[in-house]
Amino acid sequence: MDLTWYLVLSALLFATGAAGVLIRRSPLVILLCLELMLNAGNLALLAFARANGDEDGQIFALVVMVVAACEVVVGLGLIVAMYRRRLPLNVDEMRSLRG
Amino acid sequence: MSATTYGWLVLAFPLAGSLVCGLGFRGLPGRSAGWIATAAIFAAFVSAVGALFMLLDHPAEERELTSSLWDYASAAGLDIKLGILVDPLSVFMCLIVSGVSALIHLYSVTYMASDRGLARYFSYLNFFVFSMLLLVLAGNFALLIVGWAFVGFASYALISFWYRRETATKAGMKAFVINVIGDVGLVLAAFFIFREIGSFDYLEVFEAAPETFAVNDGTAIAICVGIMVGAFAKSAQLPLHTWLPDAMEGPTPVSALIHAATMVTAGVYLIARTHSLFEVAPTAADIAAFTGLATLIFAASVALVVTDIKRIIAYSTISQIGYMIVGVGIGAYAAGLFHLMTHAFFKALLFMAAGSIIGAMAGVQNIDRMSGFRRALPFTGALLAVGALALAGAPPFSGWLSKDEILVFAAERGGFYWIFAIGGYIAAAMTAFYAFRITFRVLYGELCMEARELEEGYLAHSEPANPLTGEPEDTEVGFPGPGHYIAERATPMKIAMAILGLLAAIAGVLQLPGLTDAIDGFLEPTFEDSPLAHVHPATSSAYIGLAVGAAMAAVGIGLAYYLYVVAPGTTDRIRARARAAYAFLSHKWYFDELYDAVVYRPLIAVGSFANSVVERVVVDGLVSATVGAVRGVGVLVRDAQSGFVRAYALLLIAGFAALGLYFLIAAS
Repeated sequence: MDLTWYLVLSALLFATGAAGVLIRRSPLVILLCLELMLNAGNLALLAFARANGDEDGQIFALVVMVVAACEVVVGLGLIVAMYRRRLPLNVDEMRSLRG
Repeated sequence: MSATTYGWLVLAFPLAGSLVCGLGFRGLPGRSAGWIATAAIFAAFVSAVGALFMLLDHPAEERELTSSLWDYASAAGLDIKLGILVDPLSVFMCLIVSGVSALIHLYSVTYMASDRGLARYFSYLNFFVFSMLLLVLAGNFALLIVGWAFVGFASYALISFWYRRETATKAGMKAFVINVIGDVGLVLAAFFIFREIGSFDYLEVFEAAPETFAVNDGTAIAICVGIMVGAFAKSAQLPLHTWLPDAMEGPTPVSALIHAATMVTAGVYLIARTHSLFEVAPTAADIAAFTGLATLIFAASVALVVTDIKRIIAYSTISQIGYMIVGVGIGAYAAGLFHLMTHAFFKALLFMAAGSIIGAMAGVQNIDRMSGFRRALPFTGALLAVGALALAGAPPFSGWLSKDEILVFAAERGGFYWIFAIGGYIAAAMTAFYAFRITFRVLYGELCMEARELEEGYLAHSEPANPLTGEPEDTEVGFPGPGHYIAERATPMKIAMAILGLLAAIAGVLQLPGLTDAIDGFLEPTFEDSPLAHVHPATSSAYIGLAVGAAMAAVGIGLAYYLYVVAPGTTDRIRARARAAYAFLSHKWYFDELYDAVVYRPLIAVGSFANSVVERVVVDGLVSATVGAVRGVGVLVRDAQSGFVRAYALLLIAGFAALGLYFLIAAS
């Protein structure tokens, strides 16, 4: 199999995720899009690992999954906290850290 | 038991007494703290006597015994032991210190009985005696400095004993600061000694000194000057004397013990102890002697006009220590120490008599208010007269013999040492005058109110007040207690004064020229290595000196008798006539004002300059400049922090894209 197709798919997924992060305002969707970007990265890693015939990339992908899981925990925790405090679930309105 | 064991016991009893009184103050009822403390000092005195007898059992050349409990430090050639040196000089000092202290403790048991801080007082007093004995028994310079500093602290604690009296706490601080100046000198001298000789041990240093240094070697002089700074600060010699008159803020027995009889003579002891160093630096010894001469004349002149009874005696102390410093400075070590001993007796006696008079005056210390106590205070008056006669150097009292021994020795050395003899005899007349100024004014003249009441059997009472400023006080802890005591009505005070009176009168028999030689002979092993040890005035010249001394005393006493008994009121006319001289003397030669102008005010000026310019402008300026810079940069970049999460994400992605693009271009 040609490496190119995997990378093209990976790039498409990454671009979709990035566009989602930039466009959507719901924190939940932003979180989903972040996951999409991470998995695009994972796909590229796995493809390279496969093409090169060693396991480093696969191990790295596992690490990324762990990080992604942690990130989801924190992110979802934040979203639940926002919901409980009856804060708007809209990142554009959460601007109290502006300079 | 050996002499050194007794030496350790001499130290152990006062320390134990101090701890018992200090820690057990809650459980000690009434005056028991006083009795415990007194017993501890008596035990120390008995031990000192034991050490004396043990020492006398040794042949004269083996009377230097050392003993060490453990090593403080032993590293890199440095060997500091917790060791004592028991030799004739230290035993002599121990006997004086513990003996006079024991009597003053006894006196204090009554005198301080009504004070609310009794246990604290006796704890401090015992601690002082322990420190002083440590100072004289120390076998090396390190332990000497420990004792030296302890003594300074004890003095501070006791001057400020009435700690709610502001004048007393300030006097305590002044004494402490000046004593620390002396400590610095002594520590520097010890460093120099260690650098040159490589040891702190007395015997090693004194043995090595003549070989290490050429005569008048610069380093040897530096060492001696350091020692002298220490000695002059402790012994209140010019120019470091200003603390001693203020130290009279402490309780009267403290003045008697610390600021007259023992601590202030530590400088004399130190110079006598380090005489081997002063002999390789004769210039330094001459400086010491001249300082002593200047001090003795200065202090005697001030004592002519001061009106506070305790301060007159304080200036007298400064003056008498001047004699001792002259003595040890010119090489008359045994004579200087003999005067130290007789002075301890008669000066402690004078302070005790003054305490009794102050008791009769209900706390007033101004001699202008006192007169006519002759019949009201027969016992105190008689002993005041004995003390004054001994101080004046009237035959056959002890001061007559001890003072003249120093001055005759000065004359015997000839050359410019004659100055010391002449100056000393002139000051002797002044001494006799001020000693009898106190005596005649207190005992003779019209009866003052307090004396009249006392003759009718009532001890005067007054509202408690600061004798210096007249501020009202109460009698709780931190101020003097409500009671006033006179020796006539208190047996312990009577016993202490009677013994001291006897000693002040007859102690001279130890050293009658041509007849007895007890002090010289006993101290000889300590000073036999001195090149001046063979200088002995002929008996005939000694008697000529004694005759001159007696004449001087007669002049001074006669003048005082004329001015205060025969023609009272003459002094007011003299004062009006010589107003400038009177102002000069009553301002104590303007020394306090001089220090105020030279040290205090410049330091305050430097301080306020540092505050207004360095602190407010430079330091504060630097801090505000930093704050301003950070804030300014913040204003510039704060707009980037919009708070829009999506804008941050865009920047992040754009940044990474730019970075990726850069690497792609760079790689191709």
